[in-house]
Amino acid sequence: MRKFISITLISISSLFVFNTAYAGKLVIESWRNDDADAWNNAIIPAFNAKYPDIEVIFQTTIPVQYAGSMNAKLEGGTAGDLITCIPFDQSLKLFNRGWLDSLNSLGGLDNYPQVAKDAWSTDDGSDLFCVPMASVSHGFMYNKEIFAELGLSIPKTESEFFATLDKIKDDGNYTPLAIGTADTWATAIMGWQNVGPNYWAGEKGRKAIITGEEKFTDQHYVDLLTSLQRWSNYMADGYQTQTYPDSQNLFTLGMAAIYPTGSWEIFTFSQNADFEFSAFPPYTQDGQTDCYIDDHTDIGIGLNSASKNKAEAKIFLEWLTSAEFAEIFANEVPGFFPLHTHSINVNDPVAKEFISWKDTCDTTIRNSSHIVGRGEPNLDGVIYEVVSSVINGTMTPEEGAAKTEASLANWYEPHQ
Amino acid sequence: MKKKFPYHIIVFLFPACFIYTIFMIFPLFDTLRISFYTQDLMGSNLDNTTGVRTFTGINNYRILFFDELWSYHFWNALKNNTYFFILHVSIQTPIGLLIAAFLSSKELKFKGTYRTLIFLPAMMSIVIVGYIFNLILSNLWGIPQTLLGAVGLENLYQPWLGLKETALITISLISIWQFVGIPMMLFYAALLNIPDEVLEASKIDGSNGITTFWYIKLPLIMPTVGLMVILTYVGNFNAFDLIFAIRGLYAGPEFSTDLMGTFFYRTFFGFQHQLGNPTMGATVASATFGIILIGVLVYLFAFQKRITRYQY
Repeated sequence: MRKFISITLISISSLFVFNTAYAGKLVIESWRNDDADAWNNAIIPAFNAKYPDIEVIFQTTIPVQYAGSMNAKLEGGTAGDLITCIPFDQSLKLFNRGWLDSLNSLGGLDNYPQVAKDAWSTDDGSDLFCVPMASVSHGFMYNKEIFAELGLSIPKTESEFFATLDKIKDDGNYTPLAIGTADTWATAIMGWQNVGPNYWAGEKGRKAIITGEEKFTDQHYVDLLTSLQRWSNYMADGYQTQTYPDSQNLFTLGMAAIYPTGSWEIFTFSQNADFEFSAFPPYTQDGQTDCYIDDHTDIGIGLNSASKNKAEAKIFLEWLTSAEFAEIFANEVPGFFPLHTHSINVNDPVAKEFISWKDTCDTTIRNSSHIVGRGEPNLDGVIYEVVSSVINGTMTPEEGAAKTEASLANWYEPHQ
Repeated sequence: MKKKFPYHIIVFLFPACFIYTIFMIFPLFDTLRISFYTQDLMGSNLDNTTGVRTFTGINNYRILFFDELWSYHFWNALKNNTYFFILHVSIQTPIGLLIAAFLSSKELKFKGTYRTLIFLPAMMSIVIVGYIFNLILSNLWGIPQTLLGAVGLENLYQPWLGLKETALITISLISIWQFVGIPMMLFYAALLNIPDEVLEASKIDGSNGITTFWYIKLPLIMPTVGLMVILTYVGNFNAFDLIFAIRGLYAGPEFSTDLMGTFFYRTFFGFQHQLGNPTMGATVASATFGIILIGVLVYLFAFQKRITRYQY
């Protein structure tokens, strides 16, 4: 009996041993719990095939808590060896606090284009602190079976898009747009950052906001919010309580025709949906000739300055720059597009569809991320609230545009 | 003869005082201290050793109360929290009292069953309660549409948790449903304490059930009612978890369910892209502490001292 108790106590106490940094073992901190299988079953084994002595553990935190908990863990010295990096200012802050190492001396950094490195470099470009990993694209996914049943074709312009939605609504059997406003971040990212680049002309508009040449009160931002407001006519009744997982389920259960989203859903959707789905690019404004795709540098990975296994960690990071990793990652986690310059074969048809848009359209990144995302109140947070309120009808597009501009002008000199 | 110094008092008080000092008093005063400092959020001039924070006096409080971007959230959270508290006191306390009165009546059968069932939600995890109600009230998978539809009232359905006007009331009612068992238990225990002689005497004097309750029982348990109100006050102004579980930290829609607790958490720890701001967080925490302190003092001096306590 006494033996039994002691064994129980030991096994209970072992539950409380955190996976923090200690010798002989690399712990990766990430918010991508959806990818845990890919890491555990494909990526880490491939790495271990080459470096069998380095044990790698993939540890996740839920996405909305990631930034906060990573801050606390790094400050308290309990974070893992490798830190998955959010792009731009969030990670720059960690570097400025001295919590991430500079990776300038790492081999294999030539395998990335400059735009990929920009997301994790200091403003003057002198230090790179995270190895770029992957980007995600925005677009609309649609249920092919519903489109075939109703005889719909893929909409290209704004008026075609709403005409398509009207047809689905008239049929009455399916929710035209699977999106709600309860998770404000999801609404803003799938709406504003999705079709937005077509309104502000991609990189040109993004840079004009940073330099102050354009303001959020300019007509094209009001037009964008007006267009998003029209979405509310095509959402499910009571969309104000519909959360992001609700929308995902609505689409994967085959109850909705179109789902405004991003390429990161491909991986989970191809496992959950038992119908054929594909994607079409963000609609353009009527009469617009060029097109823009948001191809956001989304994931990088950095080295915790307090790590006790820096030598092993650097071996791992260098391996991440290789074509081998890029190919495994692109196919194990379809929808995350490796930022490497290696040419890679992607097998997933929906992921291929997303990639193909980049041939005809210019790419850009989210306009709230770089430089304008570092003040108080946080620009992303304001956009989340504004977009959801405009769709809920509690704010007009003009009021929303004015609120966004005012919050940026509060701290950002070029807009004052 | 000189009395010996009562050393045993110190010995007995020491453990409680020690733990209370380390875990309550010190953090409280340190929070107050931090609220007088400021720090650069991007950390560009921080070397992580010294000079991380600079002293700014009461500037943080000026920002919190008067700077438009902060004060909006502060006053909004305070207003919502007050409303949250008023709903609790005006709904939870009377219902708790009513149920306790029924339970203490001698004629009622299956008392134990009712008591357990009504108290049960209070023992459930708030995360589970939040999750269940999110599903119950969901526009896609919820049940009010079906229930209202069964009696032909489906037009009455609204996405209550998602509308600015109704979200806070809905969450308050969920919280009241969950915790109504606690005032019920306290009142029940207080009602049981009333000696039978008093009640029998009132009966002999010709009092019926209702007058006995109003003129005998209620005055006798008034101290417990007061205690319950102040416990609700402290609990409500510290509330955080139910909002977090149901609406997340943006306390949507448009911060209409934002309470002092969620406002503090968002400020101090940050949320999604918003970076945490420890010094402003400490300021919010200190302001919340002040609000609770004022409420408790008002209770102590204006209410508790005037309550008549009966000896029996």
